[in-house]
Amino acid sequence: MNWITNYVRPTINSFFSRRDTPENLWTKCESCGTMLFHRELKDNQNVCTNCGHHMAITPRERFAHLFDGGIFVEVDVPEPLADPLQFRDQKKYPDRMKAAQKKTGEKEAMLVAEGEIGRTPIVAAAQDFTFMGGSMGMYVGNAIIAGAERAVATGKPFVLFSAAGGARMQEGILSLMQMPRTTVAVQMLKEANLPYIVVLTHPTTGGVTASYAMLGDIQIAEPNALICFAGPRVIEQTIREKLPEGFQRAEYLLDHGMLDRVTPRTKLREELITIIRMLMGQPPAIVGDLPAPAAAPAEEAPAADSK
Amino acid sequence: MTHYLDFEKPLAEIEGKAEELRAIARQSEEMDVEDEAKALDRKAETLLKDLYSSLTPWRKCQVARHPNRPHCQDYIDALFTEFTPLAGDRNFADDHAVMGGMARFNGIPVVVIGQEKGHDTKTRIERNFGMARPEGYRKAIRLMELAHKFNMPVVTLVDTPGAYPGKGAEERGQSEAIARSTEKCLQIGVPIVSVVIGEGGSGGAVAFATADRVAMLEHSVYSVISPEGCASILWKDAEKMREAAEALRLTAQDLYKLGICDRIITEPMGGAHRDRKHTIASVGRCIEQMLGDLKDLKSKDLVAKRRKKFLDMGSKGLAA
Ligand SMILES: [Zn+2]
Repeated sequence: MNWITNYVRPTINSFFSRRDTPENLWTKCESCGTMLFHRELKDNQNVCTNCGHHMAITPRERFAHLFDGGIFVEVDVPEPLADPLQFRDQKKYPDRMKAAQKKTGEKEAMLVAEGEIGRTPIVAAAQDFTFMGGSMGMYVGNAIIAGAERAVATGKPFVLFSAAGGARMQEGILSLMQMPRTTVAVQMLKEANLPYIVVLTHPTTGGVTASYAMLGDIQIAEPNALICFAGPRVIEQTIREKLPEGFQRAEYLLDHGMLDRVTPRTKLREELITIIRMLMGQPPAIVGDLPAPAAAPAEEAPAADSK
Repeated sequence: MTHYLDFEKPLAEIEGKAEELRAIARQSEEMDVEDEAKALDRKAETLLKDLYSSLTPWRKCQVARHPNRPHCQDYIDALFTEFTPLAGDRNFADDHAVMGGMARFNGIPVVVIGQEKGHDTKTRIERNFGMARPEGYRKAIRLMELAHKFNMPVVTLVDTPGAYPGKGAEERGQSEAIARSTEKCLQIGVPIVSVVIGEGGSGGAVAFATADRVAMLEHSVYSVISPEGCASILWKDAEKMREAAEALRLTAQDLYKLGICDRIITEPMGGAHRDRKHTIASVGRCIEQMLGDLKDLKSKDLVAKRRKKFLDMGSKGLAA
């Protein structure tokens, strides 16, 4: 079933094989230039240990840090039609897909999983910016719908990590239709009174921002994430003036009332646990090391459904 | 003065010649040019038919953006009575790119909302070329809530290059406003029908066109991105807009096959701008039929069917 598993290692390796990294051991922070030892960087969730710069992180790596004991079960996503428009630019869409799959070791731009965080069961979805810019097409729409349905069926909160340049142009109007489709998914959660928490990561732009990524009960962003509908370049071309420092960055949006919080990746897990437990009417989380979720579930929460 | 599109140049020449002949004839009484002029007319008609029976997707984009095409205001003036514009988002401003208010359609009270592009320099600037800011979407949300509360069907007329990419628009939450407008379309317990009358530009269009029934004029377009934008990203060359328009499948005919639009409204030969009155009347009949289809549905069923319609979208690809 899961052909992806074999590809996970190459993904991580290719991430660290970029320029200036002899023997794949070191990564240069693109913000402060510090050479970071890859193990240390990985342990810190791809956040620079020197300056706090947030680098891209794959959904799989993120989930490994997010879920208790790094344990999660993938939620199945219905397969959409491949290349519904027979789209061809300079390359054929199926060829672009194959290249993205080879590069990332993933099947598509979103991963949906369930598991526990601080013993609170959740469903989570994370968008993969390294997969064709995280672009939203039918698969991403299906993934969000599948995640929301799973959350509703099991009474769990839904946490979504967004990262996308926008819509998947190669799916034309069908990618645009993911705006209403994913909005229906959000409505399912709201009607079931289940928390829908969005974590906006760098970058989240275009149609993604103008649909599911802006409809959370709680809106959190990672520091310095670019979050916008129209990108800065398009705006500069339109208004013919320079944009202010930090425009459309997470902190700027926070100042303009568009977000609830800006939270560093390394503090996110804890914060999500706190927020979710309050929203779900559960007692505060136990502080300290937790055992990995085992057969015996915590009393107040049902165990994650293991398939 | 007729405004000719680049591919209509040969047509412009023939029609220009016919007009010239008639102008000369008006000045000197002895000359009889009518036969010659009529021959030119026939030639022009044949050419027009040729051009418009096989418009490429890019040419359709041009027709959809034709400056003389009937716009939102023209439809509201002709098809609705007692139009009572309602302004403002109760928060920041009134967005003139979005027209909205109550009106009667065939005597029935409805809410009508649409983007208006303007028809001359002054009104185009006033209307911001039909590119709404967050206030426009928030006004629409407010009007949809009013429609829901007082059980009035909603008619939306879509004609926008897209949401406005501006500094203030971003600061005031363009994406949130669009997302909420789409959400509102999906929530209201009254019928909502939409007609793409010109350009359905991306998220700015979805925010109004998430409807029970979506109709498109024959030469209107609806797309995730403009062909120019797509060309500059995927071809790294904005001049490849013809190729991009082709690839994007943005014509009413393709969108009908994909199940995105439910009806296509035929345009007069040579496009909506060549017979505005006729076009507007056809749109009116289509709105009437779409509302008629929905009038017996209960609120709950309307909302459920609307959601299902969008959830099911994409199961149909284009046959090769
Ligand atoms: Zn750094």
